[in-house]
Amino acid sequence: MGELLELTASEAIERIRKRELSDDEYFEAYREAAAGDPLNAYLWLAPENHEQGNREGPLAGAPVAVKDIFCTEGVLTTAGSRILEGYRPPYTATAVRRLSGQGARLLGKTNMDEFAMGSSNENSGYGAVLNPWDPGRVPGGSSGGSAAAVAGQMAPWAIGTDTGGSIRQPAALCGIVGMKPTYGAVSRYGMIAFASSLDQCGPLTRDVTDAALLLSALEGRDPHDSTSVGIEGGIKLSGREDLKGLRFGIPRELAVDAEGIEAGVQEVFDRTVALIEGLGGEVDECELPHSPHGISAYYVLAPAEASANLARYDGVRYGIREPSEDLVGMYERTRAEGFGDEVKRRIMLGTYALSSGFYDAYYGQAQRVRTRIAEDFDAAFERFDFVITPTSPSVAFELGARTDDPLAMYMSDYCTVPMPLAGIPAISIPAGLAEPDGGGPELPVGFQIAGPAFSESGILDAAYALERAIGFDAVPERVSR
Amino acid sequence: MSGLEAVIGLEIHVQLATRTKMFCGCELSFGDHANVHTCPICLAHPGTLPVTNERAVIYGLRIAAALGCEVAPRSIFHRKNYFYPDSPKAYQISQYDFPLAGPGELGGIRVHRAHLEEDAAKLIHVGESGRIHGSGASLVDFNRGGTPLVEIVTEPDLRSAAEAREWAQLLRATLRQLDVSNVNMEEGSLRVDANVSVRPEGSGELGTKSELKNMNSFRFLERGIEAELERQRELIAAGEEVQQETLHFDPSDGSLTPLRSKEYSHDYRYFPEPDLVPMVPTEEMLEEARRDLPEPPAARRERYVSELGVSEGAAATLAFEPAYGEYFERAMGAPGGGSAAATAIWVTGELVGSLRQADAEEEPLASKATPEAVRALAGLVEEKKISNGAGKQVLAALVAEGGDPAAIVERDGLGQISGSGELEAIVDRAIEAEPEAADEVRKGNPKAIGRIVGAVMKESKGRADGDGVQKLILERLGQG
Amino acid sequence: MIEKGQVVHVARLARLELSEQELERMARELSGILEHVDKLSELDLEGVEPTLHVVALQNVLRPDEPHASLPPEKALESAPDPAEGAFRVPSPQA
Ligand SMILES: [Mg+2]
Ligand SMILES: [Zn+2]
Repeated sequence: MGELLELTASEAIERIRKRELSDDEYFEAYREAAAGDPLNAYLWLAPENHEQGNREGPLAGAPVAVKDIFCTEGVLTTAGSRILEGYRPPYTATAVRRLSGQGARLLGKTNMDEFAMGSSNENSGYGAVLNPWDPGRVPGGSSGGSAAAVAGQMAPWAIGTDTGGSIRQPAALCGIVGMKPTYGAVSRYGMIAFASSLDQCGPLTRDVTDAALLLSALEGRDPHDSTSVGIEGGIKLSGREDLKGLRFGIPRELAVDAEGIEAGVQEVFDRTVALIEGLGGEVDECELPHSPHGISAYYVLAPAEASANLARYDGVRYGIREPSEDLVGMYERTRAEGFGDEVKRRIMLGTYALSSGFYDAYYGQAQRVRTRIAEDFDAAFERFDFVITPTSPSVAFELGARTDDPLAMYMSDYCTVPMPLAGIPAISIPAGLAEPDGGGPELPVGFQIAGPAFSESGILDAAYALERAIGFDAVPERVSR
Repeated sequence: MSGLEAVIGLEIHVQLATRTKMFCGCELSFGDHANVHTCPICLAHPGTLPVTNERAVIYGLRIAAALGCEVAPRSIFHRKNYFYPDSPKAYQISQYDFPLAGPGELGGIRVHRAHLEEDAAKLIHVGESGRIHGSGASLVDFNRGGTPLVEIVTEPDLRSAAEAREWAQLLRATLRQLDVSNVNMEEGSLRVDANVSVRPEGSGELGTKSELKNMNSFRFLERGIEAELERQRELIAAGEEVQQETLHFDPSDGSLTPLRSKEYSHDYRYFPEPDLVPMVPTEEMLEEARRDLPEPPAARRERYVSELGVSEGAAATLAFEPAYGEYFERAMGAPGGGSAAATAIWVTGELVGSLRQADAEEEPLASKATPEAVRALAGLVEEKKISNGAGKQVLAALVAEGGDPAAIVERDGLGQISGSGELEAIVDRAIEAEPEAADEVRKGNPKAIGRIVGAVMKESKGRADGDGVQKLILERLGQG
Repeated sequence: MIEKGQVVHVARLARLELSEQELERMARELSGILEHVDKLSELDLEGVEPTLHVVALQNVLRPDEPHASLPPEKALESAPDPAEGAFRVPSPQA
């Protein structure tokens, strides 16, 4: 059975198609692995012989873990929040429908930072998720449950959401591939909103080939999402194994001059850059002058949008209610009881930023910074095909290490935040292992490749070639046993 | 108290008569069981997204065109944040600083803007109820939630409660012609709020205003504003200040009570709705919106005066009271009869008068007097086949029983007496009956003729033509 | 930076009941974050258009055609306090 769980999803699908593997057997193997979940990666697991829709299609027979932020009809959906405890939505998210329509089977719903607010998964209302490489460390967030499940061989692949780095950062910290597509590539309908102008759904997988396959199943215009466009021409991998003729820019602000990048992370990054050159790629430094302001802009815009998106949790139509004799009391107590500290902090921050007299200084200014950040990328992409950075300044940190310092936690997304602000796609692939600053076990390091809007196929192509050159084949010790 | 002038602006919410809601495909409903027209979107379930109803946009553009508003080249939706059980998302999707339509004008009153938004759900107060100890409960029905609305905001150009009522009626008539709403105040598909303030006459500044809500008929609108103006004038007379507040009109006793301010709700924290993209009306959309658009009132008045020779006053009535305008248009479409100017006088004068007498709300087109008949009547008078007075009798008959004017003239013997021996005989008898007046006229005082004319009219039962009678009398008295 | 009074006001706007202790902690934490965020105000962005959307889309509209609404029992399935086919709430006028 161990061998079964080592297959990539694409390999398993191929074997199922050739009838070398029974889809039920494959599903059961994962169900069992997930049932023994030692990492708290799952919030809901499919029961035995769980209903299956389409048995045809390009994903036929592949179990998929779904971040609990996606609504699934009749199936528990909480977005990691106590305020939605016991909630069973009356409808299913478009992304999930697309997957099951193409033959994938819902394996379970994965744990996450409450309403996707967090970079460590410690903000879940249902307990922290542990990193499969070291259970004393965080898996990253907010899609930490999805990342831990895939890295921990409790799911062949998973979907998550990325608002400021919530797919790429946990993928990096767990040693797997994670991709945030261009804003608008995948429908947001049924994906519980955190920050509507930034949120995007994307794949967390074992390798680049799986990422391409899963993304091609997810993307597409959806009439239920006014901001969705899909990816013209879909996703196509050329399978090229070199990087000849491709130009890679290293933004000084996010890599060379960035503060807080751990030595081990820097070393893996430099090694990977050398590999790119070895594959024929051209590498040079570039500028993204406004990107250092990404975190500030992000922590105005995302909380502002969140403050409105989370206002609907009022104890009237669904979710928990704290009884009170008066309406305002009912609202205030329900929300106080249902939301965790980080969610409250961001609601407060966003409400403040939008409140009378502050709008222009905060929200308006942040949207102007956003324009500048996007223009910086446009300028860089005139000279370069891609921009490359470390995905996370650090490897997985210890549980509790940053919980008392919100700002330090926010800085975990320093390298991943500018891309969603500009709406552009980016992938994180595992590039090696490194010790944390100050010593400790060797842990995965992610390498980020970003490209212009709708350049997913190009990014995946480059990542595919680089992945082969890196040859990352480490798996967490507890999994390899 | 004199010296204080009323300054009134209106905010009108018009429910659009689309098939489905503004941002989801639930059908609009009236009077159905609670919550049968709801879906994850209009119940604001997590993860749902709005998608704008194309027809609602077209209807909005149609209203904008009818109000002569400038259509914005690009308009965007905002989120207006407030917590209340009638607002499932806890924000209303509405337009803010980039509304669908900018300045316009209707009947001499400036329209500030018109924008699209979604309606709130219905909250039914059930009063004291057992479950939540010691306090009342309310029930929320989301059927109405998400109904497309156009909000129209006027400039504070209205100067009296009556003028506000009249203008609101003009607006309703204009909207009704467009076929985009039921525009029924009692049912709530047309809701008129008023911003009311007073200021010293001649002052250019605006006083502190209060906002009046829940006046669900034109009569209540006028009464509500009247009462508020009175209250504000008294406050100022007593040396007190008007407070900015929202007042709720109670139709049962006409009183105005301050709404307990929705606590801390005045900071709406508007920001652009990230789930919707900008609207940039295309030429096709504008064309569709303007298709079969009735002529705007101002243009209609202008055309009646300059092209049809209708008097200013009659043209204004026909243009601003579309029911009469429509009536007049149909009359002019009849194969023959009076001139436009004459027909307009009959429609706006006698017809309006007798319908008002019959029933204030009577629609002219629903009356027994058909447009064709009234035009024919105008023609009979114009051609002096009957006298003006006889014409009035014919009109009264038309309103009462309908029919053809010529036939009524025949039946009632109302034909004009002119030039024949009959009229001369009547004139001679009248001169005999009024010898003193006759002497005065003979002495060269034509003003004395009145009594003799009166006698002629009385005997001829109004069938004689006034001018002809006068001429004949003067002739007979050697003054012709 | 941000004072407790402002925190109280914002908490009311956001309909969050915060304990005395939470208010103080919130004031401290928000101040820390805002201090960082306030650096944005030092940027000269005069004349820069604020981003409205990262994708250039317009006129995404839906035909005025009905979809099936939820059966009423499903609409009310998750309601904390359903009553008479509706969602019951404490009266706003209470
Ligand atoms: Mg409004
Ligand atoms: Zn609906």
